[in-house]
Amino acid sequence: MFKKGGIKMSRKSKVRNFHQAKWDEPVIFELSNKGERGILFPEIEKEIETVVGDGISNLPKNMVREQPPNLPEISQMQVLKHYLRLSQQTLGADLNVDIGQGTCTMKYSPKINEKLATSPKFTELHPSQDETTVQGILEIIYKLDLFLREISGLDKFTFQPGGGSQAIFAIASIIQAHHDATGESEKRDEIITTMFSHPSDAAAPIVKGYKIVNIYPNEDGLPAVEALEKAVSSHTAGLLITNPEDTGIFNPKIREFTRIVHEVGGVCGYDQANANGVLGITRAKEAGFDLCFFNLHKTFSSPHGCGGPAAGALGVTEEFIKYLPTPLVEFDESKYFFNFDVPKSIGKVRAFYGVVPAILKAYSWIMSLGSKGLREVSEVAVLNNNYLLKKVLELRGTSAPYAEGRHRIEQVRYSWNELYKETGVTTEDITCRMVDFGFHMWSSHHPFIVAQPFTLEPTESYSKAEIDEYIAGLKKVVEEAYENPELVKTAPHRSVVHKIDIDSLDDPARWAITWRAYLKKSKK
Amino acid sequence: MNKKKKIVHPYIPNSVPEIKQQMLKEIGVSDIDTLYEDIPEELRFKGEMNLPDPLVSEYALERHVDQILAKNQTCQENLSFLGGDCWQHYVPAICDEINQRSEFLTAYAGEPYEDHGRFQTLFEYASMMGELLDMDVVNVPTYDWGQAASTSIRMAARITRRTEVLVAESISPDRLLIIRNYCKPTIKIELVKYDKKTGKLDIDDLKAKISSNTAGIYFENPSYHGCIEDQGKIISDIAHKHSALSLVGIDPISLGILIPPSNYGADIVCGDIQGLGMHMQYGGSLAGFIATRDEERFVMEYPSRLFGITTTAVEGEYGFGDVTYERTSFHDRIEGKEFIGTASALWGITAGVYLALVGPQGMQELGQLIVQKSQYAIKKLSEIEGVNIPFYASSHFKEFVVDFSTSSKTVKEVNKTLLKEGIFGGKDISKEFPELGNCAVYCVTEIHTKEDIDRLVQAVDECLKREESK
Repeated sequence: MFKKGGIKMSRKSKVRNFHQAKWDEPVIFELSNKGERGILFPEIEKEIETVVGDGISNLPKNMVREQPPNLPEISQMQVLKHYLRLSQQTLGADLNVDIGQGTCTMKYSPKINEKLATSPKFTELHPSQDETTVQGILEIIYKLDLFLREISGLDKFTFQPGGGSQAIFAIASIIQAHHDATGESEKRDEIITTMFSHPSDAAAPIVKGYKIVNIYPNEDGLPAVEALEKAVSSHTAGLLITNPEDTGIFNPKIREFTRIVHEVGGVCGYDQANANGVLGITRAKEAGFDLCFFNLHKTFSSPHGCGGPAAGALGVTEEFIKYLPTPLVEFDESKYFFNFDVPKSIGKVRAFYGVVPAILKAYSWIMSLGSKGLREVSEVAVLNNNYLLKKVLELRGTSAPYAEGRHRIEQVRYSWNELYKETGVTTEDITCRMVDFGFHMWSSHHPFIVAQPFTLEPTESYSKAEIDEYIAGLKKVVEEAYENPELVKTAPHRSVVHKIDIDSLDDPARWAITWRAYLKKSKK
Repeated sequence: MNKKKKIVHPYIPNSVPEIKQQMLKEIGVSDIDTLYEDIPEELRFKGEMNLPDPLVSEYALERHVDQILAKNQTCQENLSFLGGDCWQHYVPAICDEINQRSEFLTAYAGEPYEDHGRFQTLFEYASMMGELLDMDVVNVPTYDWGQAASTSIRMAARITRRTEVLVAESISPDRLLIIRNYCKPTIKIELVKYDKKTGKLDIDDLKAKISSNTAGIYFENPSYHGCIEDQGKIISDIAHKHSALSLVGIDPISLGILIPPSNYGADIVCGDIQGLGMHMQYGGSLAGFIATRDEERFVMEYPSRLFGITTTAVEGEYGFGDVTYERTSFHDRIEGKEFIGTASALWGITAGVYLALVGPQGMQELGQLIVQKSQYAIKKLSEIEGVNIPFYASSHFKEFVVDFSTSSKTVKEVNKTLLKEGIFGGKDISKEFPELGNCAVYCVTEIHTKEDIDRLVQAVDECLKREESK
């Protein structure tokens, strides 16, 4: 019989006695054995060979590759095994309580949607097929447009941008096209954004030649109306702003923001990449925005795929439809079709119609929830977040800068600054130690306005028990930081690898972005 | 009876009323609405979103979506010769197996520890692409070829500190639209003509247009028309003579039999990896790559994530991490190079799996198979009365232009007839390249059998004959 108490029951404290898979897996080139094959292609038919010969003799001699590329030679099962091992050394949201990647809405991506999106009735569609052969997928694209119009209050969506940042870039392009149309684009060369908006809200407009006016947060964590009033002028092309920002504080004066920008002739773009706390609660339309975008891979459940494929769904008011990238998907009551007649279109930002699998998954996700379900998603995401906030603030050394005592929407940017001052343990150290308990906590929170930041976002997907487990993990690490800081600083101890040398990654003489560069530089 | 039944949705565990109450109590509020105290009344959405009734059972949802998808006719059920920026190649089963793994599918931006596997697979992807391209630096994939080409052009402008770029007119029209928007208003794009007989770049026009303001010349190989550009060295030399860069867009699946652009002087190479293990997904599976030599002046201009191999605190252990992260807009929103965000990493992992499976010999065999089949298709189609193959004298890889001008049938009409036979004819480019006449771009890959090609040829022949007998 299994004796209770006979083993260490770390479940008691709700922190797992975890160890990540550690395969000590070689780099794939080290698995190569000359002559091995992972897959074979069909043989060329004799009749074709009779007509065209070897094919290669007909190519320009100077273009024929004499030496095959130096790829590894590995049999099929061994390739599979290598990648399965590496997959086990990756901690996806399906495995961990992925609330440590705040701002990114690491919610559940339902498997049924994966099943639907891997159906050959979808995967084997070519984007240039005749419209009559793609009525099913066009229906889904069009209906998701209708759904998002309801969710945002705006009038038309395009799904062409391949991610949130590309959607921001498209917004900057539309703002420019608008001012081109009014003959003011040379004069209007400034985009206003806030420091707690996504970095791309500043970076992408710069590519369009804009200067950026950055508004810093006030003591209350919000950009001040007065600061915006000072920032706007006849040079203002537009505003790009997140709300709630990374702090999770909703800006109650957002409508005043859009009014002020509109008054000087600017265009307002709403970064709703993460709208997970406000579905059915508040919309771009009521806040006065001309343009907005949602990340289908955040709020709308399409999986994050190690960093894409992703999709930025970009919505506009009636006035701005004429600038959208082409083509638009329309419906004439009998069939779905492409509309290329967009008079002042910015052209294209991505090939074809965007990341269609993400569109399909978002459609399916909304269909499973409906209006009330979407609201429930947001309400529970906000409930979870405020529960987590309460618990995190009970931990020693933590704080949630700004808006003290107020509730937050879907996420909070916290600080370990007090803990750092008292123990010398940094956010990065804690990040590494959380891995030892099977958690992910990411270290990127640029710009570092909040000292020793960490951002948590529990979404609607995690159960109370899971949130409690995450808090138990944090509590454990906090205790260690005060009792044995060295243990935290030298973490991870139970992950795949140990502390990496980051200096060489910034040194041109030592960095190696490919195996061949590594071999050259290490003279192996 | 059932109408007021409260559903606890399977995706929302804390919908359970008792748990909700417990959590509210813990927070110290009586209802969820209080948590929204900062959203003023006038910003509250008062109505109910007009969305369809939800299909809460998974069965009903699956049936509903399947029924919509059933309206599609796919390239698997039909015989397709469509290409042009999205291609039907064989997808090895293991590619699907790996990109459907929960670990890869649902990871995002983890650290080099818990996501060691993500870093290693993307490093390996870049490494295998590096071998294919004969270049030492390859990025974590960007959105698509259009973005990769646009960024290559902007990189060239920053490196040379110049603001004009020459682009071969034989580029994909959609890609040109992407580039134009991405470069507007700071970089001027000027087109260089192609030779109407060979489809290759018009060297005289290049010489006439290049100047000390030119940051780079961008051309594609094969071109959108499928022509293999064998003047790469000449073009690169002209660019370099003017201290401009040679920028080349390629289809990586061609590099088993064609030499990589680095061998004819390219400084920045870009393209799309969709053909390397991704189903077409209605154009949703594109992913762009950018590659350069390992020189600081190039590396520091990438906006992309670059993953590198490094050591760890334990001897003999490989670690991976971000190379020169400070270049990126994640680090510096003003000074960072262009911008970076979520793009298409999973397709990079998949392309890595593909290259590992196919290997050196496989890439060579695959390339040969494709050229043999496309040459066969060109030959057979060219024998049909009313069909001409522009650029016949040039070599092609997998795509080629078919001209129906002498048949007095439009591409649209031909394609309509073919569709009735279950054949998706080539992409109509008569509007995009009117100077070529009544033309379509056809694509033949390893998936096409002799029988498939013969069926196409016969169907086209019959279609055009029907016209003649009218």
